[in-house]
This record gives sequence, structure tokens and C-alpha cells, in this order.
Amino acid sequence: MTIAKTLYEKIWDAHVVDQRDDGTALIYIDRHLVHEVTSPQAFESLRKAGRKVRRPDLTLAVPDHNLPTTARLDAQGNKIPIADPQSAAQLEALEANAPAFGIKYIGASDINQGIVHVIGPEQGFTLPGTTMVCGDSHTAAHGALGALAFGIGTSEVEHVLATQTLQLTRSKSMEIRVEGLLGPGISPKDLILHIIGVIGTAGGTGHVIEYRGEVFEQMSIEGRLTVSNMSIEGGARAGLIAPDEKTFAYLKGRPMAPKGADWDAAVAYWKTLPTDEGAKFDRSVTINAADVSPTVTWGTSPEDVVPVNGVVPAPESFVDASKQDAARKSLDYMGLEAGQALRDVAVENIFIGSCTNSRIEDLRAAASILEGRKKADNVKWAIVVPGSGLVKAQAEAEGLDRVFTDAGFEWREPGCSACLGMNPDKVPAGERCASTSNRNFVGRQGPGARTHLMSPAMAAAAAVTGKLTDVRELTK
Amino acid sequence: MKPVKRVEGRAIPFGQKNVDTDVIISAKWLKTISREGLGEGAFETIRAKEGNVFDDPEYAGASILIAGDNFGCGSSREHAAWALDDMGIKAVIAPSFSDIFSGNAFKNGLLAIALPQQAIDRLMEVAKTDPVTIDMESMSVTTPYQDRFPFEMDPFRHQCLVEGLDEIDLTMAKSDAIERHEKKNDSTQPWLKPVAA
Repeated sequence: MTIAKTLYEKIWDAHVVDQRDDGTALIYIDRHLVHEVTSPQAFESLRKAGRKVRRPDLTLAVPDHNLPTTARLDAQGNKIPIADPQSAAQLEALEANAPAFGIKYIGASDINQGIVHVIGPEQGFTLPGTTMVCGDSHTAAHGALGALAFGIGTSEVEHVLATQTLQLTRSKSMEIRVEGLLGPGISPKDLILHIIGVIGTAGGTGHVIEYRGEVFEQMSIEGRLTVSNMSIEGGARAGLIAPDEKTFAYLKGRPMAPKGADWDAAVAYWKTLPTDEGAKFDRSVTINAADVSPTVTWGTSPEDVVPVNGVVPAPESFVDASKQDAARKSLDYMGLEAGQALRDVAVENIFIGSCTNSRIEDLRAAASILEGRKKADNVKWAIVVPGSGLVKAQAEAEGLDRVFTDAGFEWREPGCSACLGMNPDKVPAGERCASTSNRNFVGRQGPGARTHLMSPAMAAAAAVTGKLTDVRELTK
Repeated sequence: MKPVKRVEGRAIPFGQKNVDTDVIISAKWLKTISREGLGEGAFETIRAKEGNVFDDPEYAGASILIAGDNFGCGSSREHAAWALDDMGIKAVIAPSFSDIFSGNAFKNGLLAIALPQQAIDRLMEVAKTDPVTIDMESMSVTTPYQDRFPFEMDPFRHQCLVEGLDEIDLTMAKSDAIERHEKKNDSTQPWLKPVAA
């Protein structure tokens, strides 16, 4: 009889190149995504040491973080220069480094360009059972397809480029089992925000999370990507969802996915990956889906969540003294008071985008709320940033761009945008943003910006009413 | 990497929990293509406030930072480790670290020392007036008052730090094993090679 294994253990075991006596292992990396912000120093070090990229064919480069989301080509089809010289230099570095090291590069004006974590699955570069890394913590997203995917720092980027491996210690395994199904109007984003609220921002540290339960079996791949994406906000470097028929249907025919006999062999292998009956997890957390409401954040940590119909918690309500202190600081930064109803909070900015929520389903969900409506007068700035050129084209084919622009939104080019306030898209100091991104950290969307995280439908509802709103009231 | 055997000096009693890497170094500093000069942007939002611990002359030249639980959470930006290094910090002591940050710190020879909260509380007190010492050989943190807090560290990381080993060189010495793995993939899972789109 074979030992029952988890999905994580199966992927780990299949990638051990060398096992050391001290417990660390050299792990083979099947897929490496590279973007402009965390790679220049890695390429520079390779150059200095005279090292090559071991497997350029397993590496894919695309700019996303620093790229402006305004038009990239003029009417004549010429590149529009980037105003910020530092940003321009960083983008040029990737554009030069990729061909110099033989890496496939998707350029800024290519229709396939987009946020790394959107294009990986979209191109069929992300596959079940593979190990995948990127110099970005939201690499966890790709676990939605059953890939062991995690974010790495620049030195590790260099290590992977040079050796196609990483020296790693096996993580512990954590099961998040969700019982039951989500109610009407409740989205995968609400679920993952709720989960982070339960386990806390360090709850998954040292663990790889596997999300289990019928709710995930019924969820679309886009929804699974939203959930797994935010695993890092719960402290886990990677999230996993077992690959199934939905995963295979999503990947079949994608440009970089296996074809023909290779496809059949791949699917046969992928079917062996799900966690075996009786496999043990180091930790298990059960969540009741019926407890999940439309959820928003009130503070400056993704664990600071509350149902939109709830109130801002009092700092004294937390057991831990340092959490009380953190809550006081958060409320001060956010300009909120304990006991205040979230529904009374007015917002001036709306951001629909990011690697968490910029896929076609996200745009459809937001557009369904905005159809025939306009943004409220107090909403000064509302933007939609599709996750990729292909998402943008699909949305335009469905007429969603018109729904957004008619409602008063700006329709932008793909990129990370106002999720991290690195390119020109920023939220002004002291103003609030209803944002579909993943982090409400101090200064994340710009110095002094106040972020409330929520789902695309909830952000659209906030745009319509000009304040935090239970989206279900607009769909009655 | 230079060997790190001992870090001794004043420690900044910061103590804050859940310090994310956006707070350590915000996005606007990430446009650089170099590792240098990031100390200027370190803890910018905190340093904007008067009376902050980082600009307290008492801790000028400190080589150690004492923080709360879950230090370095959030973004994977290694710029956080580079910024700390550039401001002269050689070690961070906290009850726990995010997985990615502790890896990034290690790669830069920056010590991430995990100690129980009780030890942190004591060190926060001592740091106000006296230096703190981290000894990698005995794997302990000591103060001039006979405090001695032993810590644990992944044996591989410990060896690399103490001996100043270059991890890429170490891995490249295993290129035969890497090649074997690749050959096995080619024969048993040929579909692992991405189709050139």
C-alpha cells in the first residue's frame, strides 16, 4: 500500500533534485515569470559573474508593475515615451535583458501583455503539478490551477535564472476546508477576505494552504485565481486548489499548453495529483460558507475585515495589546471611528483591477452592476484596468468598455496600476479608494491613501452610491 | 557573501507587529535598477513623524532592529532587505518573520533572528540604554546584564552565513543532478517544455 499524500507533497516529491541531510532540498523549477521591477539586479549579477540563463525556454518576461496604463502607441502606431525617466530606464532594462539572455519577452504594446499572474494562466504557461516562481508575492495565484507557485526575492530570481532550481525547506501543509456554498451575491473575493480575517495575516506563515470543499469545485478558474492569489495575505507563500475537469477545460488550446498526445499524457498525470484520501495536513481550519457576507476592509492590514453591513471595531475589542495599538493607528490613518457603520463611509476613488480581480469575469461582475447607471458625483476618479490585452479585447467584444465609460469610468491599458502606486495611477493623500486589489497597507496606493478592499461588484456598487454599499441592494 | 559570525551594537527598539515591506520601502523606491542607496527611503512613512525611533540620536549607528511578530510580510521585494542593509542594519530580531523576507534577508547576509515574545520584551528594555550581541557560533543573543537567549536557524542557512558561502556556486556544483532531473523530465513528461507561442 502506498502512503497517502497531499497535493503539495506530490508536487514537492516530484521536483526534488537533491536532498540534503539537514532537511533542505534542491527543488527544480518548471516555470519562471519575470517582470521589470524585481529582475534588473538579478540580470546585472549574472552578467558580472559571467553566468547564463540555464533554461530560457522555461522563462517568460513581461512588463506590468511600472508601466503607465494610458495609451502606449500614438495614432501612427509609434511608441509613446514614458515620462518618468526612472520608470523608462527600468522598463528598457527588461526589454534589453530578455533578448540578451534568450528569454521570450512580451512587449508593452503586444496584445498578450498583461499582469504576470493574469498572462501565466491565460497563455497556458501555468500548468498543474508544476513548480512556478516569480519575483512577486502574488505568484501564489497560480496555485488555482494546481501549480506549486510562490513569490521569491531578486537573489532567488538570479538563482533560478542561473540554475533552474531553488534550495528550499519543505513547508507545513494547511487545509482550509470550506463547508457549504456561498450565498447569492457573495463572491470568491468575499470568501478569501473572510478567510484572512479568520486565520490572520500570519496564520499561514510556514505553510502551503490547500483550499478544499465543494465551493472550490463549483468555482470558476477566475474565482479560484482570486482566492489563491491572496494566500500570501494570510502569510502562506503558496495556495493550492486541486486540478479538475474545469482546470483542463480552461487550459486546453491555450497557446503555450501541451498539444496532441502530449496533452493527453499531461491530463493523465494531472489526474493523479489531487490529495489522496486519508492524507494528513499539519493544520486544518474549517470555514462555514454561510458565514461569509459581502466583505470590506476597515484598517491597514488585509486581516482587518468586516461585513459591509457591520461597524468599525473598537481597538479595545482585540485581546492582544499590540493588535489594539495597531488598530488605533489604523483607525487614525484611515480616518475612521470605532462603532461607525461602514455603509456610511464615502469614497472618492474606485479602482477595478490588479492580479486579484482584473480577469474577464471580474469585469463582467462589475459591469453588471454599472449597466445603465452612473458613478456618484462625489466619486472623482474611477478606473478599470484590465489584467491583460486579451482580457481587454474580450471585454470590448462584449461591450463592457462602453458600460464602464458610460458610467463615468476610465478604460485603461493593462498593468498593475493603482494596486501598488508605482506607476502614475495613485490615490491622493487622505482620500478613500474602493479597490479590488489585495493590500490595504499604509501608503500602498499612494502616500496617505486610504484603501478599502472588496470585490469587483462591491467596488462597482460603491461607485454608483458614492459610499461603501452592500451590492445585494443594487441587484434586488 | 562575507561570513557573518557576530553582530554587536545598539539596537533600535521598534517593536511594531506585522511590519509589511511596503512600510520598510515604498513602491516609489522600487524603480531603481541598483541595490544601492535605498536606506534613504527606509521606513519613510514612519520617519515622516517627529519623535520617531529611527531618527532618535540615541540609536544613531545602530546595527540591530528589534521588531514585532510577522516582520516583513506582504510584497516579496528584496529592496526591503537592501534598504535595511543600506541604513546599517545587520540583524533584525523579532518573534517571527514572513517566509519571503527571511529568505531575502539570508541572501544578503542580514540576520533574521526569531526569539520568543518574552525575550523580545526584555531586549526592547535593554536596547534603550545598552548594546545587544548576536553570536552565530553559539547561536545566542546576549546583553551586558547576563541575559542569554538561544535561537534556532535552518542548518543550511547557518552554514552559508557563518562560512560566507555563495549559494549559486553551491548549486552549480550539483549540475549533474540538475541535468539528470531534466533528462528524466524529457523522457517521462515531455509536455513540461512549453510550446513556443
